[in-house]
Amino acid sequence: MDRARILRAVRAIATVVALEAVRGRVPWLVLAVLLSGFALAQFTAHVAITESAEVARGLLGAWLRVAAVVVVALFVAGSMAREWSDKGMELVLALALPRGAWLAGRLAGYAVVAAGCAAACALAVAALAPAFQALVWGVTLGCELLIVATLTVLCMLTLSHVTLGLSAVLAFYLLSRIMDTIRLIGASPLAGGESSSQQAAAAALDVIAFVMPDLHRFARSEWLIHADAAAADLVHALGQTGVYLVLLSGAALFDLQRKAL
Amino acid sequence: MRLATATPVRPLSRVTQAAWLLLAGGLAAQVAWHAADPGASARYRPLPAPPPADVLRLAAAGEEALASRLLSLWLQAHDTQPGVSVPLRTLDYERVAQWLGRALDLDPRSQYPLLSATRIYAAVNDPARRRRMLDFIEDRFLESPGTRWRWMAEAAILAKHRLKDLPLALRYARAIADHAPAAPAWAREMSVVILEDMGELEAARLLVGGLLHDGRLRDPHEIRFLERKLEELEARNAGRTGTPAP
Repeated sequence: MDRARILRAVRAIATVVALEAVRGRVPWLVLAVLLSGFALAQFTAHVAITESAEVARGLLGAWLRVAAVVVVALFVAGSMAREWSDKGMELVLALALPRGAWLAGRLAGYAVVAAGCAAACALAVAALAPAFQALVWGVTLGCELLIVATLTVLCMLTLSHVTLGLSAVLAFYLLSRIMDTIRLIGASPLAGGESSSQQAAAAALDVIAFVMPDLHRFARSEWLIHADAAAADLVHALGQTGVYLVLLSGAALFDLQRKAL
Repeated sequence: MRLATATPVRPLSRVTQAAWLLLAGGLAAQVAWHAADPGASARYRPLPAPPPADVLRLAAAGEEALASRLLSLWLQAHDTQPGVSVPLRTLDYERVAQWLGRALDLDPRSQYPLLSATRIYAAVNDPARRRRMLDFIEDRFLESPGTRWRWMAEAAILAKHRLKDLPLALRYARAIADHAPAAPAWAREMSVVILEDMGELEAARLLVGGLLHDGRLRDPHEIRFLERKLEELEARNAGRTGTPAP
């Protein structure tokens, strides 16, 4: 099969995924998230006796970040489940397309949805925060959403069940956010002596941390509060996203190619 | 884009009587349930001990700066619980200091906990509680004098005017002069005024002389002001001791 035809197929699959998001009213959901975020931020800032602007910016950023992750994960899980139940993948693969092309098309479509979500959130944050901080925050949020979308595809391919898949994604996401804190607590001298079990636990944590993306360094509300994001933060997030997307897509492709359809 | 689903609906007449009854019965039962419920009674809940700092960091999931502010807001809202307005003098100030400390640990750059300590909790009409807050401010000032000197200056003013404890006010003022060289002149020179109030004219004179001669003052207005103050102190000191001013 020639390369141009595969590329056309990938683009077509991605377009179908993006249309699915629009027809599934994801933009309306994102709008509702933005409005509720503004309402929450303004209410809380109104209550604060000082640093009210910082509270509003930080709360809006944190709310949009979590809500965007949930929206993207739910959309991807629902879309993958529909693809399975409608036998969409089998239909596409019956056209003699390589499995990798189907996967690339789905991932490209989810990437468009993630980027749209991140852009909407960044624009909302830019209304309260300095433009450069909102830009860094928005780009790193887009990176985080890309990782979450690809991870959801992998979990849905592997576990083939919405409840299991989403639980795995949310557990992984939470662990990625708090991994650094867990390691710091484990390494603290207050945590106890130098027993062999403690050392083993610390070593196990280090191993887990090595294969987790450091999402705690993405889209930090601290940047919006103190306006101290630097270009280095952006470079780090882009590098980590590139590396982790390769890992996740490789695992997804591996799993897909082993499936007997 | 359509908000409503495109699924066709059947007319209401097709809904069975049992379904109507179930719906109306459920609604009536819910209203009755609420009417029978006496509602939540207002009851004061004392301030609990704050969770360990590590637990708070874990719960913050990397958003410590925001968690610090939300913690401050939660503490601020504690004295206005639903249906109960709690006077500050009934609060356990040891716990208040612990909560404020946790908020500051989460984000050392936040000014919220120190402002709360100075303007809210130190405003209580109870000298012991007020002193506890001033102690808290002094402890945390020493961690970062360059960014927290203004709260120490407020603490010195509170100690002088509300507690009428001039030695304590002097200690705070000296802490600013000793540890916060970047603080503005009025804050670094507070000790002079307090020493004057204490009648320690000779000590005040020495302090002003020291400020004038240590070479850190650049502003000519400030130098002129201190020179006049030095002359005035020397004259008053001479008048008190009966010797002519130099």
